[in-house]
Amino acid sequence: MAELSPTGTIGAATAGLATAESAAASPGGTPVESTELSYREAVARGIAQEMRRDPRLVMLGEDIAGAGGVFKTTVGLLDEFGPQRIRDTPISEQAILGAAAGVAMTGVPVIAEIMFSDFFAVCFDLLANEIAKGRYMTGGQLQAPLVVRTHNGAGSRFGAQHSQSVENWCMMIPGLKVVAPSTPVDVIGLMASAVRDPDPVVFFEHKTLLAKKGLVPQGDIVDQLGVAKIVREGTDCTITALALMVDRALQAADRLQADHGISAEVIDLRSLVPLDTRTVLGSVERTSRLFTVEENPRLCGWGAEMVSIVVDEGFWNLDGAPVRITTPHIPIPSAASLEDLAVPSVDRIVETISRAMG
Amino acid sequence: MSTDAVADGHGAAGSDTSAAPPIAAPMRTAMGAAGTDPSQLYDYGRRPPRLPDPVNVANDDLDIALDDRLAMYKMQQILRQMERRAYDLFLQNLVKGTSHLSLGMEAVSAGVARAQRPDDYTFATYRGHAHTMARGAPLGPVLAELLGRENGILKGKGGSMHLASVEHNMMGSYAIIGAHLCIANGTAWSAQMRGTDQVTVAFFGDGATNIGAFHEALNMAATWKLPTIFVCENNLYMEYTPIDLVSAVPNPAADRAGAYGLQSIIVDGNDADEVYVAAAAAVSKARAGEGPSLIEAKTYRHGGHSRADPGKYRPDEEVEAWLQRDPIPLYHQRLLRLGVDESTLLSIQQDVAARVDEATEFARSGAEPGPQHLMSDVWADGGSAWRN
Ligand SMILES: Cc1ncc(C[n+]2csc(CCOP(=O)(O)OP(=O)(O)O)c2C)c(N)n1
Ligand SMILES: [Mg+2]
Repeated sequence: MAELSPTGTIGAATAGLATAESAAASPGGTPVESTELSYREAVARGIAQEMRRDPRLVMLGEDIAGAGGVFKTTVGLLDEFGPQRIRDTPISEQAILGAAAGVAMTGVPVIAEIMFSDFFAVCFDLLANEIAKGRYMTGGQLQAPLVVRTHNGAGSRFGAQHSQSVENWCMMIPGLKVVAPSTPVDVIGLMASAVRDPDPVVFFEHKTLLAKKGLVPQGDIVDQLGVAKIVREGTDCTITALALMVDRALQAADRLQADHGISAEVIDLRSLVPLDTRTVLGSVERTSRLFTVEENPRLCGWGAEMVSIVVDEGFWNLDGAPVRITTPHIPIPSAASLEDLAVPSVDRIVETISRAMG
Repeated sequence: MSTDAVADGHGAAGSDTSAAPPIAAPMRTAMGAAGTDPSQLYDYGRRPPRLPDPVNVANDDLDIALDDRLAMYKMQQILRQMERRAYDLFLQNLVKGTSHLSLGMEAVSAGVARAQRPDDYTFATYRGHAHTMARGAPLGPVLAELLGRENGILKGKGGSMHLASVEHNMMGSYAIIGAHLCIANGTAWSAQMRGTDQVTVAFFGDGATNIGAFHEALNMAATWKLPTIFVCENNLYMEYTPIDLVSAVPNPAADRAGAYGLQSIIVDGNDADEVYVAAAAAVSKARAGEGPSLIEAKTYRHGGHSRADPGKYRPDEEVEAWLQRDPIPLYHQRLLRLGVDESTLLSIQQDVAARVDEATEFARSGAEPGPQHLMSDVWADGGSAWRN
């Protein structure tokens, strides 16, 4: 690890791989056969891949074994890995995360599922005070090789207690890594990197992306935490997005091009901690404008941190004020019409950007 | 904490108990005894004292090897003398922050730890100095940690409330009530999965029995038959409030055991032998794959809750009676009755005193942690980087 500044900058440790590809086995560069998989199926495949690789890995959560998960993200795992490794638990979120923390302390890797990310609020002590801080407060003695998976985000008309995007709750806690994939292939690759990471990783699966399909190469897929992806190149502005917002940003970029002649570059951040600021700063250096598209409510969303970094370190590259496009600072409403108004839509992204760039 | 602040939150408590179920009777009498004058409701020092049971001399006959007994005597001496030293160093303003001493409660740590194997796990609360040392953590680094020194067992980064010695499978001290009971199930589950017969012991206070994590942990441990041993150190008080005023049952841990299919076990926490025997039984049960146990050890702290607290909310007669039940003179007398020479015991005391002086020297000679420790140990790579 290179020398650290008080802001936690890594010296020259990580190359900012703007186009990091998921490293599917591809001997001799021959194209690997791909199959179409849903985001939901990718979750189970990513977990299964890691369970086959590491026979110690276990998973626990409510309704994950017999039922295959309330979102069917763990279907088939009980059959393949058995009830010792795939465990149904009582409705005891503290006991779930506590057990995961204790297992991880013994060096055994573990995945815990919290059914809805909203429920982090009933076990936040375990996440924020115990799991995140164990290593630091014991002077490096305790370890926590664990992944907390959860279902995050709006779009299901579930109302204020089952629809939140709470990645910023986790991002603000020192000691937690935070990942939120937007495609099936990234689900698998980032799941693998999260499981293999020796530190606690919170893994957000977006409920509205579960049915999304994508081509996934066969064989093991392993990705890297802290590497953003430029998913669309452009020259006039940079749009950073996460999870569900990535597809909306991409659609907005197409319309900005077609209707307004604006060439937008879209970056899928994929992970908030570690945060690939280099890719974003590099992009803004070329485009001179920054927009963030965030599903979290306005205050203290990840975009605020992103804007702060870009203003601080890339100010002279900017041709205009960075603009955040977020869910307003309200609880998520249930009615379809209201929920759709709350969360950033393609229309809102296009409007906001075209106005700001006009 | 001001009396007003407490009263604000519980203004109506004890005023109408007519609808209370019979189980609340002890609470009613306790509250009633403070008088019907609301201003006296929270004057805990004027409640009737809760006195210890008489010493059980029959425990002399418990089948415990003399070696074990001498080891427990020595451990209690270590814990007593180290805690006293910590207090002295606090009075010299060398121990900063807060600290919660186990003075008066040493028999619990010494008795339970003696029943454990080196590869068994231990979890403690912020009142964890004794449990950490009882698992074999080196005394100098423990004391240095209290002094916030670089040679502290946590490099000065955790302090009094977070003592750990993972090398000794002492997996940490936790300052958020109840959480570690859930974590303890994790090391127990890991042992179960790995097919080792390691057990996990988790200590907690009487106050912890009223937080959700306690109940979640017990239910999971019982359902999964985990080798977790939950040991409640019931010292009759939370910070300043008597536990019986806020609990639905008189024995806050033991009376809840039945809800999780567990046996109700109460021991004299001021008698190391009684603690040891109960712990050994729970350990054998856990090793045999027969699941968790919940032990409630009745004890009392000699001082206040934390270092700044003179403990004035406790009736004088109660404090006096419990001081008379000090676990260490009790054990000393037992060993004499069992034929051990006074001189043997004295030399143990003196050896320990020398070690405590040595530890003090070690701690006092430590440097303050330098800035290189500030940003380290967040991640496994040793650093704290969150961006590139
Ligand atoms: C969740 C939580 N609530 C409140 C506190 C503040 N607090 C610290 S110690 C304590 C009393 C605990 O009493 P008990 O469990 O009996 O343990 P003892 O201190 O007597 O060993 C309280 C309320 C805390 N640390 N954590
Ligand atoms: Mg207590």
